[in-house]
Amino acid sequence: MERKVVFPQKLLPYLLLAPQIAITLVFFFWPAGQAIWMSTLLQDPLGFSVQFVGLENFQAVLQDPAYLATMQRTFLFSFGVTALSMIPALLLAVMADRVVRGATAYKTILVVPYAIAPAVAGALWLFLFQPSIGTIAYPLRLIGIDWNPRIDGTDAMIVVLIASAWKQIGYNFLFFLAGLQSIPKSLIEAAAIDGAREIRRFWTIVFPLLSPTTFFLLVVNLTYAFFDTFGVIHAVTQGGPGKSTEVLIYKAWYDGLIAQDLGRSSAQAVILMFIVIGLTVIQFRYIERKVHY
Amino acid sequence: MTAPLDTPAPKSVRRDWIPHVVIAIGIFITAFPLWVAFVASTLSNPEIAQAPMPLLPGNQAAANYGEALLQGGRSGRILTPPVWEMMFNSTVMALSIAVGKIIISILSAYAVVFFRFPFRMAFFWMIFITLMLPVEVRIVPTIQVITNLNMMNTYAGLTIPLIASATATLLFRQFFLTIPDELVEAAKIDGAGPMKFFRDVVLPLSVTNIAALFVILFLYGWNQYLWPLLIGTDARMQTIVIGMSKMIDSAGGPTDWNMVMATAILALLPPVLVVILMQRWFVKGLVETEK
Repeated sequence: MERKVVFPQKLLPYLLLAPQIAITLVFFFWPAGQAIWMSTLLQDPLGFSVQFVGLENFQAVLQDPAYLATMQRTFLFSFGVTALSMIPALLLAVMADRVVRGATAYKTILVVPYAIAPAVAGALWLFLFQPSIGTIAYPLRLIGIDWNPRIDGTDAMIVVLIASAWKQIGYNFLFFLAGLQSIPKSLIEAAAIDGAREIRRFWTIVFPLLSPTTFFLLVVNLTYAFFDTFGVIHAVTQGGPGKSTEVLIYKAWYDGLIAQDLGRSSAQAVILMFIVIGLTVIQFRYIERKVHY
Repeated sequence: MTAPLDTPAPKSVRRDWIPHVVIAIGIFITAFPLWVAFVASTLSNPEIAQAPMPLLPGNQAAANYGEALLQGGRSGRILTPPVWEMMFNSTVMALSIAVGKIIISILSAYAVVFFRFPFRMAFFWMIFITLMLPVEVRIVPTIQVITNLNMMNTYAGLTIPLIASATATLLFRQFFLTIPDELVEAAKIDGAGPMKFFRDVVLPLSVTNIAALFVILFLYGWNQYLWPLLIGTDARMQTIVIGMSKMIDSAGGPTDWNMVMATAILALLPPVLVVILMQRWFVKGLVETEK
């Protein structure tokens, strides 16, 4: 889409663009280029010599069982967070759609966790699940579940999963509710007159009409789980115990800054770049068609 | 079709309360962690340690919040800076990022939409591509750039690199494309230049979009984690979110949970208040920035 009527000035638009382009070049393109370049270099541990090794870092990373395990864990974690935040949100939205009174108040309360920083959300849930004193961990202990996210990897994973999903429910709820409210009531009434039962009506009419929203939220939530949950993991488990809650972003950060393995960390960064590009392309190709909703 | 149009009365009564119960459960799950955190922030540490912890507020609120705000909490064996200092850093960061992003993206969107010039689309794509280069994919080289520019542990380093934004530029661009051509023509006939048109027409028309973006960007800035962790390594440059997470002893040592929870409440209050008080713009911002 283009405007037909524009202003004739030739220099002014460059001046208007200058601040943003300058920041983009210095803080985005330059470091990203560096990351790509560094991913092809091998530095000896003391930093005395640097050698060009082509794609060897990628080979090393992709053949490293620890990296592959982290990747698998990241996918499980991301789909877990997505499912755990989208399914309750859809259920709540369907229910709120039927309630005439109080819907606005519900929206206000349910969306509050979205405003909270991931690390803070993580701290709240870690406290509830703190062995011996946590308000949730205590009854678990009473019924014989030896709960300790500091020692047990699965327990730790459950805490970061719940904290990450809890933050997103309200966001998904808002979009599902908007999607539901945009479905013409006449369609649903027509199906009701035809005798379709409520649950059948939902799966045959409502859910398919919601699919643009569902797909959109799927991409948004996967992106969130992939990138924005770093704070939850860093604050709550530090990737541990062992490596049981280490996800790709956490590993890239750890290998680059703590372990100082620049070549491999950069190779990981470039792999992540491909993942972001993939997610962004999916999101934008789809958004062209989303406008009707 | 023989299906009855009217459902029998008892059934519909039963169905009427199901949504309310489900939503009540949803609200409980939303509010419970917040309530427990608030209660913990009003108790003394021995009270928290006696399992099960009380679920009604205690009388230590003033003492805990006072200590956290003015003295800071413990992080391992080191004391964190007073929370008010960290809140100040977070406020500077959130406001500078929100205002900075709005200013530079409204200007660049205006340039891209209302002018024709060589490389216009190239610039537009450059801005668009930043979407695909979040900090997470360029951690180490970014630190080198910031170090070379002497921006480590400065407010400039914490904010300026984050104010380039594809999302905000795209939002303004889309909105600018809907401004009627007649307005531009009228302005030209009146002899108004582009900056006068920007100030007198475009800016007033953009007010709701700016408000919506402000809410979203305030949350974005306040809740940053990886960036301040990398750039604000000095204790006096810490944001409240980073400071709070450092008070949790991840090695499993003793943690002053009443201090952590008081700091957590102080860390979540500003963004939560912004969302509640600016609800209408917040929802608009969410929907618009995702288009």
